Amino acid sequence: MKKVIMGNHALSYGAMLSRTRVIAAYPITPQTQVVELLSEMCADGTLDATFIKVESEHSAMASCIGASVAGARTFTATSAQGLALMHEMLHWASGGRHPVVMGNINRSMAPGWSIWTDQNDSLSERDTGWMQYYCSSNQEVLDTVIQAFKVSEALMIPAMVVLDAFALSHTYEVVDVPDQKAVDRYLPPFAPEIRLTPSDPHAFGGLTSPEHYFELRYKLQKDMEKAPALIEETGRDFEKAFGRPLGLVDAYRCDDADFLFVTSGTAGSTARVAVDALRNEGVRAGNLRLRVFRPFPFATVRKIVARAKKVAVVDRNISYGCHGIFFQEVKSALYGRPQAPPLFGFITGLGGRDITVEHFKEMAAQTLSHDRPEEEIGWIGVKR
Amino acid sequence: MKDKKATKIVFKSADEMPAMVISIGSQTHNKTGAWRNIRPEVDRSRCLKCGICWKFCPEPSIDIVDDWPVVDYDFCKGCGICAEECPAKCIVMVEEQK
Repeated sequence: MKKVIMGNHALSYGAMLSRTRVIAAYPITPQTQVVELLSEMCADGTLDATFIKVESEHSAMASCIGASVAGARTFTATSAQGLALMHEMLHWASGGRHPVVMGNINRSMAPGWSIWTDQNDSLSERDTGWMQYYCSSNQEVLDTVIQAFKVSEALMIPAMVVLDAFALSHTYEVVDVPDQKAVDRYLPPFAPEIRLTPSDPHAFGGLTSPEHYFELRYKLQKDMEKAPALIEETGRDFEKAFGRPLGLVDAYRCDDADFLFVTSGTAGSTARVAVDALRNEGVRAGNLRLRVFRPFPFATVRKIVARAKKVAVVDRNISYGCHGIFFQEVKSALYGRPQAPPLFGFITGLGGRDITVEHFKEMAAQTLSHDRPEEEIGWIGVKR
Repeated sequence: MKDKKATKIVFKSADEMPAMVISIGSQTHNKTGAWRNIRPEVDRSRCLKCGICWKFCPEPSIDIVDDWPVVDYDFCKGCGICAEECPAKCIVMVEEQK
């Protein structure tokens, strides 16, 4: 059934259709409506789940981990400072192999206090061992929650479904809310091999000496390496069932493109408009939007980027003292490849400043008029 | 009473190991009794066999054997909670000599 809903409610519907059994959450702007609607669903019986009110995000994630260990499909959502407060527990969820799925609304880190979007909150959790999906429409948000549970539970690795504050979280779009029976066919109940149960007692997360810890981390990486193929496979199955693809990337007019934008999140939608405009001006442009950031889709990025002559990587984030984070990752994917095109890294839209089609045209102009970048970082839209 | 003499589990390769961090025996073979500075000693002449010490021990290293509380000194860290909670005050914390 088609509904006009905000991105936050797309997360709620995704969690509802996935038949989440436990939700533990703490409200924070711009995430609040996600858990508001879920708490209503739990209260009126629409969703047969336990809603745990907690006193902090750290406790929210701790509760989710406990519920997941007990074998419950578990969901939460947060943003920015809330995600940062969860940091310790994020390692616990991935290290302990608990496939919690969490919505994170990209909000800029304070100070200065900001409720507007950029990616530094989620990208600060890059190395916690969570999968990360970045969405560019409300439909994709809903669909990704369902797919994320499927992939996470197969690999026992938690996942973040990330969307831009306000640009998606509070923006209403038409979303096809799938039929519950169809979702049930796609996503069977969570049935972990090992769980906390009185009939088969285990200690979870106990002291692990140097004799075993290294192997646990090796196994996490090896399972993470299985994720790209599984995301493609579950994405194809999703398309068969629901008519919408969910791959590692969204490649728009990339096949014959000389010039590529590499984007993520809602900036990836604006980039499509810019690509069409550039094509009208005679530039064979394309947009490679990365849907999955962890695991990083190395093979797919290499294949598509290598066909271009020039590439502009667009970052709504920064690793201070280095570069934009997507730029670093794309660069590392191409290192040592003889056919690698010159990469231009641009930072734009921090703290929720709009990224417009004009900004994309400026990035294209700078990239196309130079053989190599003149500066380490191309700054777009900053007043300097 | 649980068997606390279980042998140490050592996996030869990552493939043998569960991905989840579960019960690889570290709580059993890592004997925490050596951390103890003071040890609980039970005076049976005053003990009520109420089991409150058993209930409160956080480790848990008090077992009930033939109705009597028996401290497992391999794991007791000497926190003193049992002595504090004992209604008959029959548990005394005694300084370790070594």
